[in-house]
Amino acid sequence: MSATLEKGLHALREVIDAPIASYFSSCVHCGLCADACLFHTETGDPRYTPIYKLEPLRRVYEQEYTVLGRVKKLVGLAKPVDDAMLDAWQELVYDSCTMCGRCSLVCPVGNDIVYMVRKLREGMAASGHTPDGIRSATRRTVEIGGPMGLKWPAVANVLRKAEEATGLKIPVDQPGADYLVLLSSMEIVNYPEYIEALAKIFHKAGLTFTVSSDAFEATNAGIQIGVSDLARTIVTRIVEAAERLQVKHVLSPECGHAYMAIRWEGPNLIGRPFRFEVVHVLELLDELRRKGVLKMKDTFKDPLILHDPCQIVRRGGVLDAPEQLIRQVADNYIPVVDQQKWNWCCGGGGGASAIHTEEAEALRAKAFQVKKRQIESAGVDTMVTFCANCRIVIEEAFDHYQMDTKLLGLTELLAEHLED
Amino acid sequence: MDDLQLLTWARGPGLDLALGIFVLGVVWRLIEVYALGRKRDLAPARHRTGASGLHTVLRRSMPPPGMLKTSPVSYIGGFVFHIGLAIIVLLFAPHILLIKSLTGLSWPGLPSQFIDMVAVLTMIAMLVILVDRINKPVKRFLSTFGDWFAWVVTFLPVLTGWMAVQHLLLPYTLMLALHILSVELLLVVLPFTKLFHAITLFGSRWYSGKINAHKGVPV
Repeated sequence: MSATLEKGLHALREVIDAPIASYFSSCVHCGLCADACLFHTETGDPRYTPIYKLEPLRRVYEQEYTVLGRVKKLVGLAKPVDDAMLDAWQELVYDSCTMCGRCSLVCPVGNDIVYMVRKLREGMAASGHTPDGIRSATRRTVEIGGPMGLKWPAVANVLRKAEEATGLKIPVDQPGADYLVLLSSMEIVNYPEYIEALAKIFHKAGLTFTVSSDAFEATNAGIQIGVSDLARTIVTRIVEAAERLQVKHVLSPECGHAYMAIRWEGPNLIGRPFRFEVVHVLELLDELRRKGVLKMKDTFKDPLILHDPCQIVRRGGVLDAPEQLIRQVADNYIPVVDQQKWNWCCGGGGGASAIHTEEAEALRAKAFQVKKRQIESAGVDTMVTFCANCRIVIEEAFDHYQMDTKLLGLTELLAEHLED
Repeated sequence: MDDLQLLTWARGPGLDLALGIFVLGVVWRLIEVYALGRKRDLAPARHRTGASGLHTVLRRSMPPPGMLKTSPVSYIGGFVFHIGLAIIVLLFAPHILLIKSLTGLSWPGLPSQFIDMVAVLTMIAMLVILVDRINKPVKRFLSTFGDWFAWVVTFLPVLTGWMAVQHLLLPYTLMLALHILSVELLLVVLPFTKLFHAITLFGSRWYSGKINAHKGVPV
């Protein structure tokens, strides 16, 4: 399907609903959302004010859905949304927005700005104004199965290695398991320890699980780029596998957008509720902790802070589990000022980390300064997080700033200290 | 037309006309906005205390943690002039009389001197907010004609009302007529400018609260 301006405008008209109309009618241009956005606070550039990033959507709303706007359009007073405008906005909608949703928390009139960014991306994608990096990641997910182009034999290989390392069986395509475990390519490639950690924990808890050979990938580039059709295709794979294997639960990996995609957008994308429950890995771990299954043999001693990934915590609703779990394993956990739903993004969510232009990378590094300050003011050498994408972005930033801070994954940290 | 004729028109046909446009405009805009509806969320909800539409309607009246320190002018200035406007409109004795003549409802007012002070504070706060809009890069960058226009039509009724009571600059009758006309201008444009936030902000906060409450996040 080729992208055209016409399709883009059509997509924008389609996504406008009562919340969006209400939000645009309420904005008073107070600019407070800018203070909540790391791309603005770290650059001082007013163009990065969240509500400004929505200007194409606002124009379509005004010109198509308000009487005054229609009159303005008729007499030629309204500036139409054209390719040049959308092209100029691509950087604002993708490079400088990670859909972290912090802006939505501060708007005094209550505008859910990130809700609108997600919808605007539908129009950007349909009109062909998307960054190459996200576009190719989406294509690979649809055609090959994952954003990094990873195929099953490679995954099977990693699983086999995890079996060798743990001495535990990792069942594949096994019907009737308690949990269908989803992974993200980044975990498979960069953090295979996560898989070992899971195998240990499941074994310890006496729960059965399985991995599906045709639906192992949890991430959904369709959601990041803003194409609901593709997002649906990607989610459908998981739904079909889960329902075919008749699992009770689908376990979303640490990865943030994967959770958003399967837990919150999934049923809406396929147009019906699932016949299984979607659980985030931290929700499961916290439940095991409460049941007393998650006993530690020892604890982690170094002082550390937690980085709450936006899509799991602020936008995903897994609010308390991370802190409860970190307190279980760490002796010197230091809460940061802006924590939990107020946490600052790593700077590379929402597909931004897949954009590899020089400008985008420089901007990401700059945006990371807020995180750097958090680490420095806490005076710690260790940060723990639970999103594979955050981890990649943060490690890149550590390299950039030559910081020797250690970055750990929460699930692995727990598994490492789990009672044998 | 002399001053008295102008005042008579403003109080009679002018007011009726303005109120008519205001009411029809508000109803029309509300339909325009909320008739669009929204899709039902099919993902199973996560429940959490403190997360609901109503919670957000109330919560957003206060600055979120840390924000007062980042933008003190917006918050303090905003509070002063919004509360000031509410006090002037609803608790100034002559305004209560007008409301009584229109609706039959009535309540006790505040002393005129107090309202005077509130009016001065309100105007100061509005001027500070205006200067902030000019000075602060983000606000200046976002500002459109609509922002300056909305400021003027909100400021004029306060200024003319205060000047009428203080007998400043123009004869009382003429100043009062101008005051009423400025209020009528405000009523007429309210549904079609950003001033409509006075009504839609409740819907916006409610939607935002509701949509996020579905995920168990109190926003």
